[in-house]
Amino acid sequence: MRPFDAIGFALTSLGSNRVRTLLMLLAMSIGVAAVVLLTGIGNGARLYIVDQFSSLGTNLVIVIPGRAETASNTPATLVGETPRDLTMGDAKALARGDVVLRLAPLNIGEANIAWRGKNREVPLLGSTASLLEIHHLKMDRGAFLPEEDMEIARPVCVIGAKVYRELFGQENALGELVNLGGFRCRVIGILGSQGRSLGFDTEELVVVPVAFAQMLLNTEGLFRILLEAKDIGAIDRLKAHIKTTVAKRHYGEEDVTIITQDSVLATFDKIFKVLTLTVAGIAGISLVVAGILIMNVMLMAVAQRTAEIGLCKALGAGQLQIMALLVTEALLLSVIGGLIGLGLGFLGSWIAVQFYPTLQTPPPTWAVAAALGTAIGTGFIFSLMPARRAARLDPIQALARH
Amino acid sequence: MIELREVSRIFHVGGQEVRAMDRISLTIEPGEYLSIMGPSGSGKSTLLNTLGLLDTPDSGTYLLEGQDVTSLSDSQLAATRSRTIGFIFQFFHLIPRLTAQQNIELPLLLAGVPRRERNQRSSPLIEAFGLAARHHHKPDELSGGQRQRVAIARAVINRPTVLLADEPTGNLDRHSGGEIIELMEQLNRDGLTLVVVTHDPEIGERARRRIRVVDGRIASDTREG
Repeated sequence: MRPFDAIGFALTSLGSNRVRTLLMLLAMSIGVAAVVLLTGIGNGARLYIVDQFSSLGTNLVIVIPGRAETASNTPATLVGETPRDLTMGDAKALARGDVVLRLAPLNIGEANIAWRGKNREVPLLGSTASLLEIHHLKMDRGAFLPEEDMEIARPVCVIGAKVYRELFGQENALGELVNLGGFRCRVIGILGSQGRSLGFDTEELVVVPVAFAQMLLNTEGLFRILLEAKDIGAIDRLKAHIKTTVAKRHYGEEDVTIITQDSVLATFDKIFKVLTLTVAGIAGISLVVAGILIMNVMLMAVAQRTAEIGLCKALGAGQLQIMALLVTEALLLSVIGGLIGLGLGFLGSWIAVQFYPTLQTPPPTWAVAAALGTAIGTGFIFSLMPARRAARLDPIQALARH
Repeated sequence: MIELREVSRIFHVGGQEVRAMDRISLTIEPGEYLSIMGPSGSGKSTLLNTLGLLDTPDSGTYLLEGQDVTSLSDSQLAATRSRTIGFIFQFFHLIPRLTAQQNIELPLLLAGVPRRERNQRSSPLIEAFGLAARHHHKPDELSGGQRQRVAIARAVINRPTVLLADEPTGNLDRHSGGEIIELMEQLNRDGLTLVVVTHDPEIGERARRRIRVVDGRIASDTREG
């Protein structure tokens, strides 16, 4: 039997029972569409997160005091000591590496800000001029922190847009003196609204020089130090530079944790890949269900067409030919159903993009291939049993039924 | 040529042994016209199914055109069936969703004959069997006699040497039954071996050689002239 004839024959069989065929196509296409759509959305979410992190600057390296993986085991924690602080001296030493493009020490805390009787609690960020570049902050008006030695505790501040609105309303703030945690402090700039960044709403933020922040918060240590490598390739050298510098200054101990953006990125990437796979797996189950449906329907088809199968045997069809006929029929269903499902899936992700334009949802190629593959595979595997049963029918008994 | 030697076929029905064929020996020469008669359950259908390679004997030898077919594999049997044997059934066994022409061409389709050649071989049969006006119709749009003519065309399209008919007129009225028999006799005159199983003595007696089967044995074997 020629393949084209087999397909034609299977098509007449599918066409003769339209309801059955449509139901099977529906089951198959929903399964495939689910895989395509869900992996598409999962992948879109992954790309979105990765993109967000990349905008922070991928050659960013963050130094945090204390070693995360050994912190709980050091004698220091046993006697109740905190790990050694990162100091401004550390930051200055770290800044002297030739692979360091920019460096910004960071201190955070809370402070009370007041102007003409209005006051409010705000998150306080102590840093240097470099933070503007490192965190891609935008100024609304005025200037950011001045470029000067980080140990100078100049009493100036840059305030977030919301802080400005709540304290000053429509009035001019630049050059005004506010009371910040009990110190008089001159407003030199207002931050543009830029949403959240690293856990802070920049609209509510007050940024001051790091030395001033240490004074306000009464601390010697730094919350963390942000460093930017000259380029992505220099990140490893930058990490080595941080390790040796810290070890030199901390009596041989490397008691800091170094986080690179790419490791955070890689973690998120991994999490979302696993999530996408999980979702795809769940959708895959629906494909297997569709496969079982195919098996059921093919078994019914074999029962309904017993006489026809017996006839084909009497007319000279071998067991393999009978099997091929039925498997062809199931494969046709899977392929057509799969293609419809692909169409539905892509339509679904197109609609999703219309509603959430930030979420790009092209389903990954592997998911499309896997969905189609699973559809065809289940169609094939689950049709084998009914096909074998058909092939083994006794033609005499098959023909006796009519 | 067909030769059965001591062929037996035993069925077990509800713990009882039924000898549908009991050491039957039979030789059929090419071009013969043979009828098989006998009461229900006498084994005449089993004999026909065995001749048509649909049933395999439990013992004995079956030589079909000199070849022992009792030891052939399933696919070899199918191929031999396709090449040498044409079947005609009481209930026509046409595929309802295929047109008359497609039904006629089905054996060629199964044998992998290309479409153009299938058409070339089916059109003269459609003409000769008076189906020209109906060949695009589905079986349920045809009369009983037309359906059986489609079935006969299907049986002979692969140019077999033997035509096996199981109660070919059993489902037809007298008039179309007669037409069908005449059509088959015409094919026999053209050289085809014809074996007809029937209840109907009027049909059975038209054959030049008549076999009566009773209890799985050949009770009588008479030849005319």
